[in-house]
Amino acid sequence: MVGAWPVPRWIRSLQRRPKPVLFDALTLQLGYNATLVTIGATLLGMAAGVGGTFLFLRKRALVSDAISHATLPGIGLAFIIMVALGGDGRSLIGLLGGAAVSAGLGLLCVSWLSTRTRLAEDAAIGAVLSVFFGFGVVVLTIIQTMNAGRQAGLEGFLLGSTAGMLRSDAAILAGAAALTLALVLLLRRPLTLAAFDPEYATASGQNVTRNDLAMMGIVLAVTVVGLKIVGLILIVALLIIPPVTARFWTERTDHVVLISGIAGGVSGYVGAAISAAIPDVPTGPIIVLVGFALFALSLLLAPRRGVMSSFLRHRSFQRRVHLRQGLLAMAQSQPIYEGLTLRLLRRADLVRPDGVPTNSGQARAAKAMLDEARWSIVRGDQSYEAAAALYDGLTDIETLLTPDQITEIDGRLAAPSEVPA
Amino acid sequence: MSIELATLNGQSADRAARDQSPLAIRGMTVSYGQKPAVFSVDMTVRPGAMTAIIGPNGAGKSTLLKAALGIITPLAGTSTVFGKTVARQRDWIAYVPQRASVDWDFPTRVIDVVMMGLYAQLGLLGRVRAHHRAQALDCLARVGMQDFATRQIGQLSGGQQQRVFLARALAQQADLYLLDEPFAGVDAATEKAIIDVLKSLRDAGKTVVAVHHDLSTVAEYFDDVFLINTQAVAAGPVADVFTQENLQATYGGRLAGAQMDSLSAATA
Repeated sequence: MVGAWPVPRWIRSLQRRPKPVLFDALTLQLGYNATLVTIGATLLGMAAGVGGTFLFLRKRALVSDAISHATLPGIGLAFIIMVALGGDGRSLIGLLGGAAVSAGLGLLCVSWLSTRTRLAEDAAIGAVLSVFFGFGVVVLTIIQTMNAGRQAGLEGFLLGSTAGMLRSDAAILAGAAALTLALVLLLRRPLTLAAFDPEYATASGQNVTRNDLAMMGIVLAVTVVGLKIVGLILIVALLIIPPVTARFWTERTDHVVLISGIAGGVSGYVGAAISAAIPDVPTGPIIVLVGFALFALSLLLAPRRGVMSSFLRHRSFQRRVHLRQGLLAMAQSQPIYEGLTLRLLRRADLVRPDGVPTNSGQARAAKAMLDEARWSIVRGDQSYEAAAALYDGLTDIETLLTPDQITEIDGRLAAPSEVPA
Repeated sequence: MSIELATLNGQSADRAARDQSPLAIRGMTVSYGQKPAVFSVDMTVRPGAMTAIIGPNGAGKSTLLKAALGIITPLAGTSTVFGKTVARQRDWIAYVPQRASVDWDFPTRVIDVVMMGLYAQLGLLGRVRAHHRAQALDCLARVGMQDFATRQIGQLSGGQQQRVFLARALAQQADLYLLDEPFAGVDAATEKAIIDVLKSLRDAGKTVVAVHHDLSTVAEYFDDVFLINTQAVAAGPVADVFTQENLQATYGGRLAGAQMDSLSAATA
C-alpha cells in the first residue's frame, strides 16, 4: 500500500506499554501466591517492628541475632525426626516447632552465660550464634545425604523462600502477629519500666527477669514465624531497623512502638510487592532493603534528630551567635573583626558597608544589651527555672516570658540599687 | 536467768523492734565475687525519722539499700518492713535510684517518668485518667518541675533529673522513701528543693532513708545516722552518734584532721 510507512521499532516499543506490574502487586492483584506473600510479609513486618522495639530500648537488640541463628539446628533435627517417624518432614508447623525449641535453648545459653559467668553478653551472643549456626549447617549437610532430604528445600530457611507459600502459612503469620500485638499491649508498662530503669522496676515489685523472658519470647515467636519469608539470617534486620527508624521521629515510648510497627508493616508490604512484580528477585532481602530505605530517609530527614535537621540547626545557631555577638559588640562600641559577623550584620542592614551602625542596628544593639540584663535576672531567680533552662543567650526574651513577667523583671532592673560605701 | 531464757527474751525484743521498724535489716551480707561488699549488717530504721547512711566510697552504702530491696540478691540476711517481708510491702516503699543508673536519652518525657510511679496503681491495662495525670503534675509541682512536664528527659540538667526521680517516688504515695545519693552532683537549688520535700515527708509521718556522702550537711539535714564501712560501725541519733571517734572508726585515715575538727564543731 502506498504511503504505509513502516513504524520504527522504538515507537512500537513505546506503544507496547509495559503493564504496571508494581501497581498490580501493591493492590494485591498479582495472583493468589503473591497476594498471600504480601499480606504475610506485612503482618510479619508489623509484628517484628512492634516486638523488636522493647529489645532495642532495652539495648539488647543483638540477642535477636543469636535467637535467629539458633533456629537452624532445630529445623534440621525436626526434619530428621519427622522423617524417622515416617512422616513427610516438610510440615511447616513441625519445622517451626523445632526452630522454636532450639532458639529457646540458644536464648537460655546466652542468658546463662551472661549472668552466671564472667562473659559479657556480646561475647555470649557471639559464641552461641556461631556454635548453633555451625551445628545447624552440619545437620543440613547430613540431611542432604538422606533420600528424603534432597527435595526438602530446608536451605530456604536461610534467606527465606516465598514460592509455594500456603494459605495456612499466612494464617500462622496472622496469628503470630495478633499474638505479638496483644502481648506488647498487655505488657507495655512492665516492659517500658524494665527498659528504662530496671532497678526501679525491681524495687517496685516487677520481676524484671520474667519480663525480659516475655520480651525474648515475643521476639522468638516473631523470628520463628518469619523464617519462611525473610529467612533466619535477615530476620534480625526486621526486628532492629524499624525501631531504630521510629526513634528518629519521636521522644515517646508508645509512639516508638506505633511508628516501628508501621515502618515494619510498610517494609513488608512494599518489599513483598516489589519482589512479586520483578521476576527472580528474592523477597526477604528486598523487604530488608525497603526497611533500610525508610531508615535512611529518617536518618536524613527526621525533624530534630535527623542529620539534615541537626546540620541546619547548627548553622542557624552559629549565625545567631555571630549576630548576637556583633550586636553586643556594637552596643559597647567595640570593634568587630570577624568576617562572618560583619557579613551577617551588613546583610541584615544593621551596619553600613563602612562598618558604621545603621539606626536599626543601634536599636537592635540596645535591645540585645537590655535582654542580656533581663536574662541575668531570670537566670538568677529560681522561680524562672523553666525559662532559664531554655536560655541560650540568643532567644528573644519575649518568646519565653509573658509581658507581665518582663515588666516585673524590668522593674527590678530599674530598681535603685544600694551604693557600696 | 538461764541462757535459754535470755536468748528467748532477746529474740522477742528483737521481734518487737522489727515489727515497729519501717525497715529492719538483719545479718545482711552481699558479695561481688569472694570479697563481701556488705558483711553481716543489722540496721533498724526509726519510724518517722530521716536517716543518713554514711560511709567512705566502696563501703557498701548503695549495696545495702539494693540488697534490702531485693534489687541484688544477698548472700545472707533478711530485710523486713514493719515485720513483713519487703516483697509483701512493695506498695509502701518508694525507691529513688542513682541518677546515673539510667539512660537519659530514652524516648520518654518528664511526665511519663512520673507516671511510672503510678504503674502499680494503674495495673497492666488500667486507663490513664485525668486525675492520674493531675496527680503526676502535682508531684512535679512539689519538686518545682511542673513547667517541664512535656520536655524530653534528655534536655534536663542533672539536678532536674534528680527531682524528676523524686517526683516519681512521690507519685507512689509510699510511707518509706529510700534514696540512693539524692544529692550527688546536683546544684544548690535542687539540693534545697529535695531536702525541703524530704523534710515535708518526714513531717507528714513518713520515713526517709538516704545514702549520703556530704558529711558537712549531715547534722543539718538528718535526724539519725547509720555509719557503715562494709560492717556497721554505729547507728543512732545524729547528736549521739555523729562523733569524731565514730567517723574515725568509719573512715579510718581517709578523713583529714581539719575536716574532722570542723565536723565535730558543727555537731557540738
